[in-house]
Amino acid sequence: MNAMIEFIISALILLGALFALLGSIGLARLPDFFTRLHGPTKATTLGVGAMVLASSVYFTATQPGVSLHEIAVMVFLFITAPVSAGLLAKAALHRRAAAPGKGADE
Amino acid sequence: MMHRLIPRPALSLALLLLWAALTNAASLGSLLLGALLALLLPHIAAPFWPDALRIGRPGLLPGFAARIVWDMLIANWAVARRVVGPLEKLSPAFVEVPLDLRDPFAATVLGSIVSLTPGTVSIDVDRERWVLQVHALDAPDPETLIRHIKQYYEQPIREIFAC
Amino acid sequence: MLNFAIETGFVLIGLAMLLNLWRLLRGPDITDRILALDTLNINAIALLVLFGIRAASSAYFEAALILAAMGFVATVALCKFLLRGDIIE
Repeated sequence: MNAMIEFIISALILLGALFALLGSIGLARLPDFFTRLHGPTKATTLGVGAMVLASSVYFTATQPGVSLHEIAVMVFLFITAPVSAGLLAKAALHRRAAAPGKGADE
Repeated sequence: MMHRLIPRPALSLALLLLWAALTNAASLGSLLLGALLALLLPHIAAPFWPDALRIGRPGLLPGFAARIVWDMLIANWAVARRVVGPLEKLSPAFVEVPLDLRDPFAATVLGSIVSLTPGTVSIDVDRERWVLQVHALDAPDPETLIRHIKQYYEQPIREIFAC
Repeated sequence: MLNFAIETGFVLIGLAMLLNLWRLLRGPDITDRILALDTLNINAIALLVLFGIRAASSAYFEAALILAAMGFVATVALCKFLLRGDIIE
Protein backbone atom coordinates (compact mmCIF):
# COMPACT_ATOMS: atom_id res chain seq x y z
CA MET A 1 0.00 0.00 0.00
CA ASN A 2 1.57 3.31 -0.96
CA ALA A 3 1.77 6.37 1.27
CA MET A 4 -0.85 8.37 -0.63
CA ILE A 5 -3.56 5.72 -0.19
CA GLU A 6 -2.59 5.26 3.46
CA PHE A 7 -2.96 9.01 3.98
CA ILE A 8 -6.42 9.05 2.34
CA ILE A 9 -7.60 6.13 4.51
CA SER A 10 -6.24 7.73 7.70
CA ALA A 11 -7.85 11.09 6.87
CA LEU A 12 -11.23 9.44 6.18
CA ILE A 13 -11.07 7.48 9.46
CA LEU A 14 -10.21 10.56 11.51
CA LEU A 15 -12.84 12.70 9.74
CA GLY A 16 -15.48 10.02 10.27
CA ALA A 17 -14.67 9.52 13.95
CA LEU A 18 -14.62 13.28 14.52
CA PHE A 19 -18.06 13.76 12.93
CA ALA A 20 -19.47 10.83 14.91
CA LEU A 21 -18.16 12.42 18.10
CA LEU A 22 -19.52 15.88 17.16
CA GLY A 23 -22.95 14.42 16.47
CA SER A 24 -22.93 12.71 19.86
CA ILE A 25 -21.76 15.90 21.59
CA GLY A 26 -24.79 17.59 20.01
CA LEU A 27 -27.04 14.82 21.32
CA ALA A 28 -25.66 15.21 24.85
CA ARG A 29 -25.40 18.99 24.97
CA LEU A 30 -28.31 20.61 23.12
CA PRO A 31 -31.22 21.83 25.25
CA ASP A 32 -34.38 20.16 23.91
CA PHE A 33 -35.43 17.13 21.91
CA PHE A 34 -35.92 18.79 18.52
CA THR A 35 -32.50 20.46 18.52
CA ARG A 36 -30.95 17.19 19.70
CA LEU A 37 -32.40 15.49 16.64
CA HIS A 38 -30.03 17.48 14.40
CA GLY A 39 -26.74 16.05 15.67
CA PRO A 40 -27.28 12.33 15.05
CA THR A 41 -29.21 12.58 11.77
CA LYS A 42 -26.50 14.59 10.04
CA ALA A 43 -23.12 14.40 11.72
CA THR A 44 -23.23 10.77 12.83
CA THR A 45 -24.52 9.55 9.48
CA LEU A 46 -21.78 11.42 7.63
CA GLY A 47 -19.25 10.11 10.17
CA VAL A 48 -20.17 6.50 9.48
CA GLY A 49 -20.26 7.33 5.76
CA ALA A 50 -16.63 8.49 5.84
CA MET A 51 -15.63 5.47 7.93
CA VAL A 52 -17.27 3.04 5.52
CA LEU A 53 -15.60 4.80 2.58
CA ALA A 54 -12.22 4.37 4.32
CA SER A 55 -12.96 0.65 4.67
CA SER A 56 -13.89 0.44 0.98
CA VAL A 57 -10.62 2.15 -0.08
CA TYR A 58 -8.60 -0.05 2.30
CA PHE A 59 -9.96 -3.38 1.07
CA THR A 60 -9.78 -2.29 -2.57
CA ALA A 61 -6.09 -1.43 -2.05
CA THR A 62 -5.10 -4.53 -0.05
CA GLN A 63 -7.20 -7.32 -1.55
CA PRO A 64 -7.79 -8.45 -5.14
CA GLY A 65 -10.80 -6.90 -6.83
CA VAL A 66 -12.86 -3.88 -5.85
CA SER A 67 -14.60 -3.74 -2.49
CA LEU A 68 -17.97 -2.17 -3.18
CA HIS A 69 -20.22 -3.75 -0.59
CA GLU A 70 -19.41 -1.05 1.99
CA ILE A 71 -21.16 1.42 -0.32
CA ALA A 72 -24.38 -0.56 0.25
CA VAL A 73 -24.17 0.16 4.01
CA MET A 74 -23.62 3.85 3.25
CA VAL A 75 -26.59 4.06 0.87
CA PHE A 76 -28.76 2.22 3.40
CA LEU A 77 -27.80 4.61 6.21
CA PHE A 78 -28.40 7.70 4.09
CA ILE A 79 -31.85 6.46 3.08
CA THR A 80 -32.92 5.38 6.60
CA ALA A 81 -31.52 8.28 8.69
CA PRO A 82 -34.10 10.88 7.51
CA VAL A 83 -36.93 8.36 7.88
CA SER A 84 -36.12 7.52 11.50
CA ALA A 85 -35.51 11.21 12.31
CA GLY A 86 -38.88 12.14 10.84
CA LEU A 87 -40.68 9.36 12.72
CA LEU A 88 -39.00 10.34 16.00
CA ALA A 89 -40.00 13.97 15.50
CA LYS A 90 -43.57 12.91 14.75
CA ALA A 91 -43.64 10.74 17.87
CA ALA A 92 -42.30 13.60 20.01
CA LEU A 93 -44.92 16.01 18.61
CA HIS A 94 -47.61 13.44 19.25
CA ARG A 95 -46.49 13.00 22.89
CA ARG A 96 -46.29 16.74 23.39
CA ALA A 97 -49.82 17.17 22.06
CA ALA A 98 -51.08 14.30 24.23
CA ALA A 99 -49.52 15.61 27.46
CA PRO A 100 -49.01 19.41 27.28
CA GLY A 101 -46.27 20.79 29.52
CA LYS A 102 -44.80 17.37 30.08
CA GLY A 103 -43.61 16.84 26.50
CA ALA A 104 -40.23 16.74 24.82
CA ASP A 105 -38.73 19.85 26.48
CA GLU A 106 -36.59 19.53 29.53
CA MET B 1 -44.51 -7.03 -23.83
CA MET B 2 -41.45 -5.15 -22.60
CA HIS B 3 -43.62 -3.22 -20.18
CA ARG B 4 -45.19 -6.42 -18.79
CA LEU B 5 -41.78 -8.01 -18.27
CA ILE B 6 -40.13 -5.01 -16.60
CA PRO B 7 -42.89 -2.90 -15.00
CA ARG B 8 -40.44 -0.66 -13.09
CA PRO B 9 -37.22 -0.19 -15.05
CA ALA B 10 -35.79 2.27 -12.50
CA LEU B 11 -36.50 -0.06 -9.57
CA SER B 12 -35.01 -3.04 -11.44
CA LEU B 13 -31.86 -1.09 -12.27
CA ALA B 14 -31.49 0.05 -8.65
CA LEU B 15 -31.88 -3.54 -7.43
CA LEU B 16 -29.28 -4.82 -9.89
CA LEU B 17 -26.79 -2.11 -8.86
CA LEU B 18 -27.40 -2.85 -5.16
CA TRP B 19 -26.88 -6.57 -5.76
CA ALA B 20 -23.66 -5.86 -7.68
CA ALA B 21 -22.41 -3.70 -4.80
CA LEU B 22 -23.30 -6.29 -2.14
CA THR B 23 -21.53 -9.14 -3.93
CA ASN B 24 -18.63 -6.90 -5.05
CA ALA B 25 -19.67 -7.72 -8.64
CA ALA B 26 -17.45 -10.76 -8.20
CA SER B 27 -18.56 -13.11 -10.96
CA LEU B 28 -20.82 -13.43 -13.96
CA GLY B 29 -22.94 -15.96 -12.04
CA SER B 30 -23.73 -13.59 -9.20
CA LEU B 31 -24.57 -10.83 -11.69
CA LEU B 32 -26.98 -13.18 -13.50
CA LEU B 33 -28.62 -14.07 -10.19
CA GLY B 34 -28.87 -10.33 -9.46
CA ALA B 35 -30.50 -9.75 -12.83
CA LEU B 36 -33.02 -12.51 -12.10
CA LEU B 37 -33.85 -10.93 -8.73
CA ALA B 38 -34.10 -7.49 -10.34
CA LEU B 39 -36.69 -8.92 -12.76
CA LEU B 40 -38.68 -10.87 -10.16
CA LEU B 41 -38.77 -8.56 -7.13
CA PRO B 42 -40.68 -5.62 -8.73
CA HIS B 43 -43.51 -8.05 -9.58
CA ILE B 44 -43.66 -9.25 -5.96
CA ALA B 45 -43.40 -5.70 -4.58
CA ALA B 46 -45.97 -4.22 -6.98
CA PRO B 47 -48.92 -4.42 -4.53
CA PHE B 48 -46.97 -2.36 -1.99
CA TRP B 49 -45.94 0.31 -4.45
CA PRO B 50 -48.90 1.08 -6.68
CA ASP B 51 -47.70 4.29 -8.40
CA ALA B 52 -44.87 3.90 -10.89
CA LEU B 53 -42.06 6.40 -10.73
CA ARG B 54 -41.90 8.85 -13.62
CA ILE B 55 -38.52 10.36 -14.35
CA GLY B 56 -38.74 13.39 -16.60
CA ARG B 57 -35.15 14.49 -17.00
CA PRO B 58 -32.68 11.86 -15.71
CA GLY B 59 -29.80 13.93 -17.13
CA LEU B 60 -30.15 16.40 -14.25
CA LEU B 61 -29.66 13.65 -11.64
CA PRO B 62 -25.81 13.51 -11.40
CA GLY B 63 -25.44 17.29 -11.01
CA PHE B 64 -28.19 17.40 -8.39
CA ALA B 65 -26.64 14.48 -6.47
CA ALA B 66 -23.22 16.17 -6.49
CA ARG B 67 -24.83 19.37 -5.21
CA ILE B 68 -26.52 17.49 -2.35
CA VAL B 69 -23.27 15.77 -1.31
CA TRP B 70 -21.50 19.13 -1.30
CA ASP B 71 -24.34 20.78 0.69
CA MET B 72 -24.21 17.91 3.19
CA LEU B 73 -20.51 18.47 3.85
CA ILE B 74 -21.07 22.21 4.33
CA ALA B 75 -24.17 21.56 6.46
CA ASN B 76 -22.29 19.21 8.74
CA TRP B 77 -19.52 21.70 9.23
CA ALA B 78 -22.06 24.44 10.05
CA VAL B 79 -24.02 22.22 12.46
CA ALA B 80 -20.81 20.98 14.13
CA ARG B 81 -19.69 24.59 14.73
CA ARG B 82 -23.03 25.49 16.31
CA VAL B 83 -23.04 22.37 18.47
CA VAL B 84 -19.72 23.18 20.14
CA GLY B 85 -20.36 26.95 20.18
CA PRO B 86 -22.46 28.93 22.69
CA LEU B 87 -25.99 27.52 22.79
CA GLU B 88 -27.79 30.75 23.74
CA LYS B 89 -27.16 32.18 20.28
CA LEU B 90 -29.25 29.48 18.59
CA SER B 91 -32.76 30.30 17.47
CA PRO B 92 -34.46 26.97 16.70
CA ALA B 93 -37.82 27.21 14.94
CA PHE B 94 -40.60 25.18 13.33
CA VAL B 95 -41.06 26.29 9.73
CA GLU B 96 -43.80 25.34 7.28
CA VAL B 97 -42.69 25.20 3.67
CA PRO B 98 -45.57 25.38 1.14
CA LEU B 99 -44.94 22.90 -1.69
CA ASP B 100 -45.62 23.19 -5.40
CA LEU B 101 -45.04 19.51 -6.15
CA ARG B 102 -47.95 17.08 -5.90
CA ASP B 103 -46.35 13.65 -5.87
CA PRO B 104 -45.96 11.61 -2.63
CA PHE B 105 -42.69 9.98 -3.70
CA ALA B 106 -41.12 13.28 -4.80
CA ALA B 107 -42.27 14.85 -1.51
CA THR B 108 -40.57 12.03 0.42
CA VAL B 109 -37.36 12.54 -1.55
CA LEU B 110 -37.50 16.28 -0.82
CA GLY B 111 -38.10 15.57 2.88
CA SER B 112 -35.11 13.22 3.04
CA ILE B 113 -32.85 15.75 1.33
CA VAL B 114 -34.02 18.51 3.68
CA SER B 115 -33.24 16.22 6.64
CA LEU B 116 -29.70 15.65 5.43
CA THR B 117 -28.85 19.30 4.59
CA PRO B 118 -28.27 22.67 6.31
CA GLY B 119 -29.51 22.58 9.91
CA THR B 120 -32.99 21.30 9.08
CA VAL B 121 -34.93 18.12 9.82
CA SER B 122 -38.18 17.46 7.99
CA ILE B 123 -40.91 16.18 10.28
CA ASP B 124 -43.89 15.49 8.11
CA VAL B 125 -45.44 16.06 4.71
CA ASP B 126 -49.04 17.22 4.97
CA ARG B 127 -50.66 15.66 1.90
CA GLU B 128 -53.88 17.61 2.24
CA ARG B 129 -52.40 21.11 2.34
CA TRP B 130 -49.10 20.05 0.65
CA VAL B 131 -46.93 21.63 3.29
CA LEU B 132 -43.55 20.33 4.43
CA GLN B 133 -43.09 20.70 8.16
CA VAL B 134 -39.46 21.45 9.00
CA HIS B 135 -37.56 22.01 12.22
CA ALA B 136 -34.52 24.28 11.87
CA LEU B 137 -31.65 24.31 14.34
CA ASP B 138 -30.78 27.94 13.75
CA ALA B 139 -33.20 30.00 11.65
CA PRO B 140 -33.31 33.68 12.61
CA ASP B 141 -35.13 34.35 9.30
CA PRO B 142 -37.59 31.59 8.23
CA GLU B 143 -38.39 33.33 4.89
CA THR B 144 -34.80 32.87 3.68
CA LEU B 145 -34.90 29.21 4.62
CA ILE B 146 -38.17 28.61 2.76
CA ARG B 147 -36.84 30.36 -0.34
CA HIS B 148 -33.60 28.34 -0.15
CA ILE B 149 -35.42 24.99 0.09
CA LYS B 150 -37.82 25.86 -2.74
CA GLN B 151 -35.16 27.19 -5.07
CA TYR B 152 -32.32 24.72 -4.57
CA TYR B 153 -34.14 21.46 -3.76
CA GLU B 154 -37.81 21.57 -4.78
CA GLN B 155 -37.27 23.11 -8.20
CA PRO B 156 -34.70 20.48 -9.39
CA ILE B 157 -36.83 17.64 -7.95
CA ARG B 158 -39.88 18.88 -9.87
CA GLU B 159 -37.84 18.94 -13.07
CA ILE B 160 -36.32 15.47 -12.50
CA PHE B 161 -39.57 13.72 -11.53
CA ALA B 162 -41.76 15.75 -13.88
CA CYS B 163 -44.41 16.72 -11.37
CA MET C 1 0.19 6.52 10.22
CA LEU C 2 -2.73 4.16 9.63
CA ASN C 3 -2.31 2.59 13.06
CA PHE C 4 -2.35 5.98 14.73
CA ALA C 5 -5.53 6.94 12.84
CA ILE C 6 -7.22 3.67 13.81
CA GLU C 7 -6.30 3.99 17.50
CA THR C 8 -7.47 7.63 17.58
CA GLY C 9 -10.67 6.60 15.81
CA PHE C 10 -11.36 4.00 18.51
CA VAL C 11 -10.91 6.62 21.25
CA LEU C 12 -13.15 9.22 19.54
CA ILE C 13 -15.96 6.75 18.81
CA GLY C 14 -15.67 5.34 22.32
CA LEU C 15 -16.17 8.83 23.71
CA ALA C 16 -19.13 9.36 21.38
CA MET C 17 -20.72 6.13 22.62
CA LEU C 18 -20.21 7.17 26.24
CA LEU C 19 -22.05 10.44 25.51
CA ASN C 20 -24.87 8.44 23.87
CA LEU C 21 -25.04 6.21 26.92
CA TRP C 22 -25.30 9.26 29.16
CA ARG C 23 -28.23 10.59 27.13
CA LEU C 24 -29.80 7.12 27.12
CA LEU C 25 -29.72 6.92 30.92
CA ARG C 26 -30.69 10.54 31.52
CA GLY C 27 -33.62 10.88 29.11
CA PRO C 28 -35.61 12.90 30.06
CA ASP C 29 -38.31 11.86 27.61
CA ILE C 30 -38.67 8.43 26.04
CA THR C 31 -38.09 9.91 22.56
CA ASP C 32 -34.67 11.11 23.76
CA ARG C 33 -33.86 7.58 24.81
CA ILE C 34 -34.88 6.12 21.45
CA LEU C 35 -32.76 8.73 19.69
CA ALA C 36 -29.81 7.90 21.95
CA LEU C 37 -30.26 4.18 21.25
CA ASP C 38 -30.36 4.82 17.49
CA THR C 39 -27.19 6.92 17.65
CA LEU C 40 -25.49 4.30 19.82
CA ASN C 41 -26.31 1.75 17.14
CA ILE C 42 -24.91 3.91 14.32
CA ASN C 43 -21.72 4.50 16.32
CA ALA C 44 -21.45 0.75 16.91
CA ILE C 45 -21.53 0.27 13.12
CA ALA C 46 -18.63 2.73 12.80
CA LEU C 47 -16.73 0.84 15.51
CA LEU C 48 -17.29 -2.50 13.75
CA VAL C 49 -16.12 -1.13 10.40
CA LEU C 50 -13.02 0.30 12.07
CA PHE C 51 -12.36 -3.03 13.76
CA GLY C 52 -12.65 -4.72 10.36
CA ILE C 53 -9.96 -2.41 8.96
CA ARG C 54 -7.65 -3.17 11.90
CA ALA C 55 -8.18 -6.90 11.63
CA ALA C 56 -7.82 -6.66 7.80
CA SER C 57 -10.87 -8.90 7.52
CA SER C 58 -14.04 -8.13 5.59
CA ALA C 59 -16.03 -10.57 7.77
CA TYR C 60 -17.06 -7.70 10.06
CA PHE C 61 -18.89 -6.07 7.21
CA GLU C 62 -21.78 -8.54 7.38
CA ALA C 63 -22.26 -7.79 11.07
CA ALA C 64 -22.26 -4.04 10.33
CA LEU C 65 -24.90 -4.52 7.63
CA ILE C 66 -27.16 -6.54 9.94
CA LEU C 67 -26.72 -3.98 12.72
CA ALA C 68 -27.72 -1.19 10.33
CA ALA C 69 -30.85 -3.05 9.18
CA MET C 70 -31.93 -4.16 12.66
CA GLY C 71 -31.28 -0.74 14.21
CA PHE C 72 -33.49 0.97 11.67
CA VAL C 73 -36.32 -1.52 12.09
CA ALA C 74 -36.07 -1.21 15.89
CA THR C 75 -36.25 2.59 15.79
CA VAL C 76 -39.22 2.56 13.43
CA ALA C 77 -41.03 -0.04 15.55
CA LEU C 78 -40.50 1.95 18.75
CA CYS C 79 -41.71 5.19 17.09
CA LYS C 80 -44.76 3.42 15.65
CA PHE C 81 -45.53 2.09 19.11
CA LEU C 82 -45.36 5.61 20.58
CA LEU C 83 -47.55 7.00 17.81
CA ARG C 84 -50.23 4.30 17.74
CA GLY C 85 -49.82 2.28 20.94
CA ASP C 86 -49.45 -0.73 18.67
CA ILE C 87 -46.85 -2.02 16.23
CA ILE C 88 -48.73 -4.33 13.90
CA GLU C 89 -52.17 -2.96 13.20
